[in-house]
Amino acid sequence: MGFIDNLYSVLSDKIYFAFIKEDRFMYLLNGLSVSIQLTIFAAIIGIVIGMLVAFAKITGKPPLAQVADWYVAIIRGTPVVVQLTIIYYIILADIDLPRTIVASIAFGINSGAYVSEIIRSGIQAVDRGQTEAGRSLGLSYGNTMRFVIVPQAVKNILPALGNEFVILLKETSISGYIALDDLTRGGTLIRSVTYDSMTPLLTVAYIYFLMTAMLSALLSKFERRLRSSD
Amino acid sequence: MIKVVNLHKYFGDLEVLKGVNNEIRKGEVVCVIGPSGSGKSTFLRCLNLLETPTRGEVIIGGISLSDNMKELDKLRRKVGMVFQQFNLFPHMTVIDNIMLAPVKVLKMNKEEASSKALELLGRVGLTDKAREYPSRLSGGQKQRVAIARAMAMNPEVMLFDEPTSALDPEMVGEVLEVIKSLANEGMTMVIVTHEMGFAREVSDRVLFMDEGIIFEEGEPSDIFGNPQRIRTKEFLSKVL
Repeated sequence: MGFIDNLYSVLSDKIYFAFIKEDRFMYLLNGLSVSIQLTIFAAIIGIVIGMLVAFAKITGKPPLAQVADWYVAIIRGTPVVVQLTIIYYIILADIDLPRTIVASIAFGINSGAYVSEIIRSGIQAVDRGQTEAGRSLGLSYGNTMRFVIVPQAVKNILPALGNEFVILLKETSISGYIALDDLTRGGTLIRSVTYDSMTPLLTVAYIYFLMTAMLSALLSKFERRLRSSD
Repeated sequence: MIKVVNLHKYFGDLEVLKGVNNEIRKGEVVCVIGPSGSGKSTFLRCLNLLETPTRGEVIIGGISLSDNMKELDKLRRKVGMVFQQFNLFPHMTVIDNIMLAPVKVLKMNKEEASSKALELLGRVGLTDKAREYPSRLSGGQKQRVAIARAMAMNPEVMLFDEPTSALDPEMVGEVLEVIKSLANEGMTMVIVTHEMGFAREVSDRVLFMDEGIIFEEGEPSDIFGNPQRIRTKEFLSKVL
């Protein structure tokens, strides 16, 4: 009895100091909202860049395809923290933009490289015979892509794309490097005022896990729906 | 109808076609036979420029394909193609497979395209499968749909690339029947096939290809009954 009571009072003390006192939970709540915004904006930017880069690579016109190759190689070959800080402290240093926007752009540019590879491989995984059938019926290249190839490629692309967004959500946790108060930094801030690491950090971890689990569940539901047409 | 002049095709260093000359006349049914790797399929695929000839010319209805890359889509409408692997669009129902090109390319309205598709499905005996997805069909049924799909563009020539080679034996007959009925209606056709009995029965002219050229050609009774070249004899003795 004594042990349970003791544990209970210790825990409730910790929770009180970490989250309730002085409304400290607001650090996490505001941080969560920043993390979600970053993920959504970055995902949109990433998809747009990814599609453009994928098509540049697939059509294979020399200057464009070359630039696309370099872009993907550079992004994949350097850490995202380094990319984020370069964009914030060097490339966009003289432009007065909200940090959320800067971080969204940085994460979007990063994600675009991975998304482009996902889209490219998804499109190239569609059997060559499908293109040949479309073209032999007199459909133009563009129409063959639009009506024949892309609808089939989407089924290859979506699962991997969902994965990419789960990764993206977790990667936004480095936003603290440019002094952006995201979820992770919310936990750090609480830690620095309460000198208790365990409660805020485990809570932060739990919130990330909850969000990625929900995202994954949503995606697999979506995938099942797509597959039902086969 | 189709004229082929000195057609050469390389894949890398490999010369697959070494100067093919021929002319397919309107209403003619031409079967192309020969051993694997003889260039039959490549020859056929050059006729609608799925393969770009390295040298030589393909002239369809007086227009050279190689000079008219912009007109290519237009010329391809006149040439229907049926593939060994069917290549139906798996994300569309049977009727949508058939309607896609007439609606998107010929700008036919949907009702018209749909009634045309149903009529074609009737001709290949698959009216009841209109709303099915291709994954629900047998190989023979898929190939019949593929034929209907190509016919929906009112082609002037139909090309068949080993149309029965991917089929289970019991389904070969139903596909050959459909092709035969097209032949009887006067459709111009070029058929690459390993079905010698069919080639003999259906064709006006047989091309025997080997080593990237047309080794021998003639009426089916001559090619099958009295081949002139030793290679032709050897090949036929193996497959007949």
